[in-house]
Amino acid sequence: MSMNRRKFLKLTAVTTIATAGGISALELFRDSKLEAQEILPLEVKPLTAKRWAMVVDIRKFKKEDDYKKIIDACHRAHNVPDIGNPKDEIKWIWTDTFEHAFPGQEHKYMPENLKQIPFLLLCNHCDNPPCVRVCPTKATFKRNDGIVMMDMHRCIGCRFCMAACPFGARSFNWRDPRPFIKELNTKFPTRTKGVVEKCNFCEERLAGGLMPACVEESKRGLIFGDLEDPNSDVRKVLSSHYTIRRKSELGTGPGVYYII
Amino acid sequence: MKIYDGGKIFIGIVIFLSVATSPFLFNMGKATARPDPKLDTPEIQKMEKKQCVEPKEFMKAEHMTLLNDWRDSVVREGNKVYIGLGGEVYNMSLQGTCMKCHSNKKKFCDECHKYVAVKPYCWDCHIPPKEN
Repeated sequence: MSMNRRKFLKLTAVTTIATAGGISALELFRDSKLEAQEILPLEVKPLTAKRWAMVVDIRKFKKEDDYKKIIDACHRAHNVPDIGNPKDEIKWIWTDTFEHAFPGQEHKYMPENLKQIPFLLLCNHCDNPPCVRVCPTKATFKRNDGIVMMDMHRCIGCRFCMAACPFGARSFNWRDPRPFIKELNTKFPTRTKGVVEKCNFCEERLAGGLMPACVEESKRGLIFGDLEDPNSDVRKVLSSHYTIRRKSELGTGPGVYYII
Repeated sequence: MKIYDGGKIFIGIVIFLSVATSPFLFNMGKATARPDPKLDTPEIQKMEKKQCVEPKEFMKAEHMTLLNDWRDSVVREGNKVYIGLGGEVYNMSLQGTCMKCHSNKKKFCDECHKYVAVKPYCWDCHIPPKEN
């Protein structure tokens, strides 16, 4: 078939338009299918956000017992073992003094009660998490909603992440944790010997439409929500209170805020 | 022809052969029974249409691939919903979905895995259902 230049250009233009149209139509179709998937008769509606974050209102915690309840609720929900010696300790949420939680911020003349009371600490789910950067297998990764999560299937137990985390939020399983779990939660897996673990912002509970276990247990002492949504609980609290974050000078962008 | 140290060599050959063939000799006539996985759990018997997430033949051959895909989808992509060929909706979960029906891990999983000598590490972390 012979074709002159004019015909060829015409044909090219028509083909381009047709292909583009076809692709966008396909995409429309794909989008509608996605929507259909979301409204399928699922039992629960997952909680979603652009950037999950937490505010710890230290004023709401009075007694040692207030913390203990929260820590127990978390550790029960995630099959965190109680090994009973500090070397092997596994912790997802724990307490420490102001001096240790916010080093450099303490001084001799600060209120006596601040020096004494314990501060609730957990993984900060940083904007720029150093643990993710150092992980050689990408077992630790950052989800689009800001949760820094672990894929236990990939963890090789090198503990680079533990060295990288400036908050001590990670624990290593030096031994099989199963015998040290008092009551197994059969809805959540345990871990195995040789992997690192940490708080996952209750990713599995959010997917099931529930708030994190600690938030539920804290009775407004912990506020959880979407940092990108100006009407969320966390944003309201953050805009009306002065808050500090742990070691923010390191530039990791912690996602846990403290009202002192 | 004279074989130097013939006696010692022959004794050596006999010892070597008996050691080398001992696994076969010991197990002669004791064929391992063919695996016979069972599907008779209460949950499956309650089902009107006995149907897994995919057809039986596919599950037999590819369940390990399916489980790996489920794992990656749930953990890394945060997508926990699986849609079967007929549009059925499943929650992608080993502990929650697979083992809810197949609550007989010993007669369902271990039966074949033992026979083919594979040791999947699922149960190092995932909690198997309670069995008597």
